[in-house]
Amino acid sequence: MTNPLGKDLLALEPLSADQIRLILDTAEPFKEISERAIKKVPALRGSTIVNLFFEPSTRTRISFEFAEKRLSADTVNVTASGSSVSKGETLVDTARNLEAMRIDMVVIRHGASGAAAFLANRIESTVINAGDGTHEHPTQGLLDLLTLRDHFGDLAGLRVCICGDVLHSRVARSNIWGLKKLGAEVAVCGPRSLLPNAIAEFGVTVFDRLDEAMEWAQALNVLRLQLERMTGGYIPSLREYNRVFGVTRERLDRATHPLLILHPGPMNRGVEIDSDVADGPHSLILNQVTNGVAIRMAVLYLLAGGKPELAEAAKGAPER
Amino acid sequence: MAAERTPTQPAVLLDGRAIDRTLRRMADAILELNDGTDGLLLVGIQRRGVQLADRIAAIITEREGTAPRRGALDITLYRDDLQTVGPRPVLGPTDIPGNLDGANVVIVDDVLYTGRTIRAALDELADFGRPARIALAVLIDRGGRELPIHADVVGKRVDLTPTQRVDVLVQEVDGRDAVVVVTTEKGREDPA
Repeated sequence: MTNPLGKDLLALEPLSADQIRLILDTAEPFKEISERAIKKVPALRGSTIVNLFFEPSTRTRISFEFAEKRLSADTVNVTASGSSVSKGETLVDTARNLEAMRIDMVVIRHGASGAAAFLANRIESTVINAGDGTHEHPTQGLLDLLTLRDHFGDLAGLRVCICGDVLHSRVARSNIWGLKKLGAEVAVCGPRSLLPNAIAEFGVTVFDRLDEAMEWAQALNVLRLQLERMTGGYIPSLREYNRVFGVTRERLDRATHPLLILHPGPMNRGVEIDSDVADGPHSLILNQVTNGVAIRMAVLYLLAGGKPELAEAAKGAPER
Repeated sequence: MAAERTPTQPAVLLDGRAIDRTLRRMADAILELNDGTDGLLLVGIQRRGVQLADRIAAIITEREGTAPRRGALDITLYRDDLQTVGPRPVLGPTDIPGNLDGANVVIVDDVLYTGRTIRAALDELADFGRPARIALAVLIDRGGRELPIHADVVGKRVDLTPTQRVDVLVQEVDGRDAVVVVTTEKGREDPA
């Protein structure tokens, strides 16, 4: 009997619709735990988890840490600065040294696409991808799916447009894979300079004008303009970007139907999203953050389970 | 629980009408134990304990004119074998209304066997507050305890061997009401 999700969670692309649904369904009862006076269950007692963050993160790191602590796991945080990484230690050496201290899981955030998979192939411990370069951010994709499912009931046939800096966005990729697997229709909208050349291969509709995208979509997932990853002149100016692709109150008011707004954070207020939209009645941004903890608890719970060999060992039955 | 049914002929221990009579008797015993409905909170264990708690609550409401508070508890995350069971069990919702401080909690479950489920339930309830008292009501007590736990209200007692399994079926989940005894090849798979 193997784990229904396998050893690691690296991306949504290789998962089946059933596996994604299993995670979303498992997250439901975990929502309630965060509402209790004592927000803790003993499910992962004795498990040791290392949060290995090579890139800055507030929301994701804290969300994982809350999820781990609410499941009673022991956690250690390692950041690039202030560790041997700054002395030039390689990723694998860092992880192998951690593993030698008998850990069970690694949650990794890294600037290089594929870093999580690279690590997962080289260590025994379970690896959870908390964002790798411009590849995927599976738990963010899952929490977006859960937030949309909370509001629409079913994702099949739902029309979602991902707006803005798709080129640099791992959130966009995880969203596209996850949404399409659950039967939603997906579009992207942004300046051509910020869309991947091969965007058509994702099987998504492309809108060049935000107003057309809003006419079509039931929900917008507004991406952060990743200024720190932009090396060249992708856009003329932030002001122009806001004028053409910013989700503003006026645009929402002009839309013929109500739209729900998601944003993975951190927001550039006044650039890709206006403050009165982010804080307005159509915004699901804080629901996303709340659901993030439940999704991560579900992923940790599912990946930590299914070790029947431990039961055999306890019975003293030498199988191998 | 009732997912894997062996082809062996199941023996019916209680049919629908017998279950109803038994639940009425249990409701009376709970009222007597608690001296009415004051502070009473019936907590059903996921899954079939929840439906049994609902039925007992309905009977109490009919008798006393006031509805007792009800809750549901999924003890999976508190199981003592969670690190060693195969694929993760599916979780049901936990819903404990308000604070438990000072409440008279009655845990309702379908079958009492090893007592490990109830041990987990006691641990979980302690995380919701400090009840004045916690009692246990079960439809079937089949013996075979592995922990010092006993039931205060028992619908029916049976002595079964480890190769026998007792399944409680309820209309809401299984489409019919019945308690059946199934003889399995390898004995118990699911300690209740």
